[in-house]
Amino acid sequence: MKRSLGGRLTNLAAWVILSILILPSLVAFPVSVTSKTYLSLPWEGVSLQHFQHLLTSPEWMSSFGQSLLIALVSSALATFLGTLAAIGLWRLSGRFVETIRAFLLLPLMVPPIISAMAFYRWWVPLGLIDSYLGVIIAHSILAIPMVVITVSAALANFDLKLEQASRSLGASLPTTVRRVILPVIRPGILAGAVFAFILSWDEIVVTLFISKFDVFTLPRRLWNGMRENTDPTVAAAAVVLICTTLVFLIGYAILSPKRGEEVG
Amino acid sequence: MSFTFAEKTHLVMTKRLNPYWLLVAPAGLLVLALYAAPIINVLFLSVTDPKPGLGNYAKIFEGDSVAILIWRTIRLCLITTASSVLLGYVVAYAMVHALAHVRQRMMSILLISFWISVLVRSFAWLMLLGHNGLINNFLIGVGIIQEPLALARNELGVLIGMTEYMLPYAILPLLANMQGIDPLVARASRSLGASHAQTFVRVFLPLTKPGIIAASLLVFISSLGFYVTPAILGGGKVQMIAEYISVQLLVTVRWGTAAMLATLMIGCVLALMYLLNRFMKLSVVFGGGTR
Repeated sequence: MKRSLGGRLTNLAAWVILSILILPSLVAFPVSVTSKTYLSLPWEGVSLQHFQHLLTSPEWMSSFGQSLLIALVSSALATFLGTLAAIGLWRLSGRFVETIRAFLLLPLMVPPIISAMAFYRWWVPLGLIDSYLGVIIAHSILAIPMVVITVSAALANFDLKLEQASRSLGASLPTTVRRVILPVIRPGILAGAVFAFILSWDEIVVTLFISKFDVFTLPRRLWNGMRENTDPTVAAAAVVLICTTLVFLIGYAILSPKRGEEVG
Repeated sequence: MSFTFAEKTHLVMTKRLNPYWLLVAPAGLLVLALYAAPIINVLFLSVTDPKPGLGNYAKIFEGDSVAILIWRTIRLCLITTASSVLLGYVVAYAMVHALAHVRQRMMSILLISFWISVLVRSFAWLMLLGHNGLINNFLIGVGIIQEPLALARNELGVLIGMTEYMLPYAILPLLANMQGIDPLVARASRSLGASHAQTFVRVFLPLTKPGIIAASLLVFISSLGFYVTPAILGGGKVQMIAEYISVQLLVTVRWGTAAMLATLMIGCVLALMYLLNRFMKLSVVFGGGTR
């Protein structure tokens, strides 16, 4: 394809902008292996001391485990509830259905700080402040929209006749869901689960309000570290955070069938 | 409140309720009881705490601090919107005109950056832009400047961080819009004698107006609630509504003022979201916009 000068300049500009989206986040990688004890590039030697400090620190390791546990449980819960809801909404019709769909997407639309306020105020009388259950429920609710969106996208390509055939041949609703619908929409469910996991794994604003001492997730500890500044251990922890996210994204890319550039 | 399974089945049979409602119920009830209800509770607090009435709302007009805060938030969000939609337009334009495999690669970059934690990204910008940051150290080391530039802990730093974070939100709706434009239209314009520039200004740009509006609304809505980026890159000096709310709750414990600001914010967000939905289906925006 012949390209004009303007077209080529646009292309160059686009790549520069795209690199700004990625490269700054990667600065944590070189900083995390600096031999100095303050935030700096490793010009005068590479050292793994900050990772060693990270791995031997009971506080950081406990936060790592907590985040992993919370993200796994809440993404499982959100995936289960979100998938069922998406299937239900897909087969229902009527004026209310779109309203309910919008209602289920609410946690995605409301600014996180307001979600944080709402959970904080509600969790106190329920005794859920600073408990695993409280954080898990909050993260699940925040992640349900992700699952509803990805599963609904998968269902949009599903042939309704399959479901009708299954039902008319006498299969019950649970059997139809399990044996006919679920296998077909598995990629959408997988995407939803991955996004739900990352959402919980990274979540900071809500967690900041509803946890205190007992629950101290990795982003929470990073947040504290960042505000006190200067320790490269924080950069090492940031590397761990990014890498976990990337592992899940790459795993998802490998596991999901190539159907073009799908969900975001 | 809760029914046994038999009762539920009975209910379904007698009312001929579509059994698929049972699939929606668990998520629906969870969101209703533990999300919508607490949010409504917060909205109520704005007119009941510390005493019933509109006292909290009157604070906007008494003294300057709240008005200044609201104005600063709106101003920073508008600048963020303008810059990220402008930059995002360039990327989206290049993406629709790129070959399929190049577009795929650009899309991967977009999705990866979309999913990297806002915390890590703000921290990375702080390491780059800070007083002793990598950029300042480099420029001083090379001898271009003697004094460090004030790149962070001010509005500039906050704007850089917010714009970078919001770019994917601008690009995805623009891309969805541009992919719906028939390439033959531009070709027709060219074959009728219009130059590249004329084709762009007179044909392509007007066709992307819905995309520009949708992207601007989405970015503006999402920026209103920014908390992490201003807190880290503003260094406490550039307070936006979200950070102010957190101080009201955690330090001075004034729920009324915080709830009033939250009510304004949520009203603004939902109204704009409704508007956005008229320009572009929300499912397109949130679904990555490639269908």
